Amino acid sequence: MDLTILWFWIIAALFIGYFVLDGFDFGVGMSLPFLGKDDLDRRVIINTIGPVWDLNETWLIVAGAALFAAFPEWYATLFSGFYLPLLLILLALILRGVSFEYRHQRPEPEWKKRFDLMIVIGSAVPALLWGVAFSNIVRGVQLDADFNYIGSFFDLLNPYALLGGITTLLLFFTHGVVFISLKTEGDIRQRAQKLAVKSGVITIVVAASFLVWTTFAYGSLATAALAAGAAVALIASFLANLRGFEGWAFTLMAATIALAVLALFASLFPDVMPASNDAANSLNIENASSSPYTLQVMSWTALFAMPVIFLYQGWTYWVLRKRLSRTTVSADVESAVH
Amino acid sequence: MNEWLDPLLLSRWQFGLTTVYHFLFVPLTIGLAFTVALFQTAWVRTDKAKYLQLTHFFGKIFLINFAMGVVTGIVQEFQFGMNWSDYSRFVGDVFGAPLAFEGITAFFLEATFIGLWIFGWDKLPRGLHLATIWLTTAGSIASAYFILAANAFMQNPVAFRINEERGRAELTSIGELLTNPIALASFPHTIFACFMVSSGLVISVAAWHLLRKQNEDTMRPALKLGMWMMVVSGAITTFFGDSLSLAMTAAQPMKMAAAEAMYKTSTGAEASFSIFTLGTPDGVSELFSIRIPYLLSFLSTHTLNGTVEGINNLQAQYETLYGPGDYTPTIWITYWAFRWMIALGIAHIMVAVVGLWLTRNGRSPKATWVWKIAIWSFPFSLIAMSVGWIFTEMGRQPWLVFGLLRTQDGVSPNVSGLEILISLIAFTLIYGALAVVEFKLILQAVRKGPAPLAEPDPVSGKIKPQVTVY
Repeated sequence: MDLTILWFWIIAALFIGYFVLDGFDFGVGMSLPFLGKDDLDRRVIINTIGPVWDLNETWLIVAGAALFAAFPEWYATLFSGFYLPLLLILLALILRGVSFEYRHQRPEPEWKKRFDLMIVIGSAVPALLWGVAFSNIVRGVQLDADFNYIGSFFDLLNPYALLGGITTLLLFFTHGVVFISLKTEGDIRQRAQKLAVKSGVITIVVAASFLVWTTFAYGSLATAALAAGAAVALIASFLANLRGFEGWAFTLMAATIALAVLALFASLFPDVMPASNDAANSLNIENASSSPYTLQVMSWTALFAMPVIFLYQGWTYWVLRKRLSRTTVSADVESAVH
Repeated sequence: MNEWLDPLLLSRWQFGLTTVYHFLFVPLTIGLAFTVALFQTAWVRTDKAKYLQLTHFFGKIFLINFAMGVVTGIVQEFQFGMNWSDYSRFVGDVFGAPLAFEGITAFFLEATFIGLWIFGWDKLPRGLHLATIWLTTAGSIASAYFILAANAFMQNPVAFRINEERGRAELTSIGELLTNPIALASFPHTIFACFMVSSGLVISVAAWHLLRKQNEDTMRPALKLGMWMMVVSGAITTFFGDSLSLAMTAAQPMKMAAAEAMYKTSTGAEASFSIFTLGTPDGVSELFSIRIPYLLSFLSTHTLNGTVEGINNLQAQYETLYGPGDYTPTIWITYWAFRWMIALGIAHIMVAVVGLWLTRNGRSPKATWVWKIAIWSFPFSLIAMSVGWIFTEMGRQPWLVFGLLRTQDGVSPNVSGLEILISLIAFTLIYGALAVVEFKLILQAVRKGPAPLAEPDPVSGKIKPQVTVY
């Protein structure tokens, strides 16, 4: 099998891992103003992702490094071309990450408020901009013969990409809210379920229009099938949440995100960054990839490492499976190191 | 105006700033993970309350610090593509692989088990929970290996061939890449320097408390461990620093010449090491210096009568090899950075040795200035770490990959100076603000000292560890 094809799909898988996992972190962060009535509520919400946000974010680091190693030209074109959006994502991730760690270090309400705000912004900005970035990849951007992006920052803010951004924002929001309902007990759980219904309706409408647009403008038969699958999973997740099947609602949200990302990658294949100005300047899996030897080395590493990684990451989620509530969190706060 | 918007200059400043900043947190993460693991192991084996208190106490400082290392690390990975896209295109086939290994094997391990360690106190059995901090430590150390192997390729490119058609370097042997002589020397040198930084922190913190005659039951053992760790890791760092300078002289003779600001090729006693030099402002000749004969010869070749090539000679050689151009790094930076690294490293070991002597058999020096000197261990160990990196990276100039790609040829051609200025300002402001917050939080945790523990369980007589909650 041609390893460039394998690595195209491994990159897709790594981004799926990142969006499914950090996606609910973003949603949890964005939900603070909607679900966090008081400080204890907000602590319960933040602690649902406390032990895992770093691990989930690491999927981005791995996806980025794998992109660098397997498709250096894709990595170079994408990262230099989308300079300002990526800068914003970086700054947001910095502020979000330290806020988790810093917010509980001091008791003053103003202190916590500041970091709560940073968590909300630090979650919303990447949730929006990842959608904008990936939609632009699918849509195609202006590249010169050396594969350098020659469009401007504002070219990236086109209607299709903005709709893509709002789609990921809403998908991650709902995903996170469903996650909270799965991970908490008591009043928060009820409110999260209700909020997921409301946001679910909007998400279905927006995501469906984005998927339809993608399929008709940039898609193939495979895109259509995957997009349809994503839409079905999203609606099924909505229904599962309505009936209180939180585990199913969450799993189906994860499937929705996975299928939607797959649909985007399917519409790209075998290009990785199509050039909108001249098809000859497009990057594809051949002219963007590393040498066969490097891909071989990487394939062996991935083959041996990934099963182990799935095992210990899965085990981590299992160890942390208990639901949190106001009672458990306030008891922990009482006995925690101050 | 346009001079200020030079993408190359701005990108270099940004990379330098963000890298030095990132590497203030990383050594503490690596070193403290190991230190905390030692304290926790001592607790699990002896059940003594003081070790659990120390685990929690330094664990808290570790946690305040670690998030900064993580989030500033993402910036590092993204910057290669964002600001140095031509470099990425040229080396991605070689340089990307160790980065990917780092992510898959090391970062996942570190990130997963640190989460379990923080939140697993009441969820995992004691032994398994102890394993999580050791796995975190292992992950952080493994990540250092891969990133140093990647960096070693820039200093001393190995295991590649040039593909003319694609205009890039391609990997020929992963084994050779990962056993680059520079990596083999710089890895232990860096890891034990990280342990020096964390020992520096432990010494500073313990001395601060002991000067005030408080928390003696925990801070005395902490001080002792910190000083022993400083002496041992200081000795190992020095040993591998020496191996590194040998490997470096072989691979990058210009860097060694620049470290000594030695213009003429010298042999034996002439190849002396200067402790202090006053030069003409243009840096081409010296006015006054204090010198140790033979030392440079020994450092570079391990013989007293070795020949060390001078800058002028190397410059001429490189012009023949690579064409006209300036192949000399900025001498005053390499010269002083190299000296400050060595001087501060030795000073730390001395402080620890003298400290061990002064506190032997439970003694406690009366003179407050002795304690005050010890308190400065931490900031100066961080400075030593930074100048070491500044030396090795500035000494690589004007090359991005030595002999293959110049720094000026690696920068992204399509990112404007304005965009980089925006990002440089944004990083500076946010990094600056976060440094203040982090410093204050660590200071607050240090001042508070180790928290008292809950009463031991009446049945088993064992103490319950405290949980962490965000």
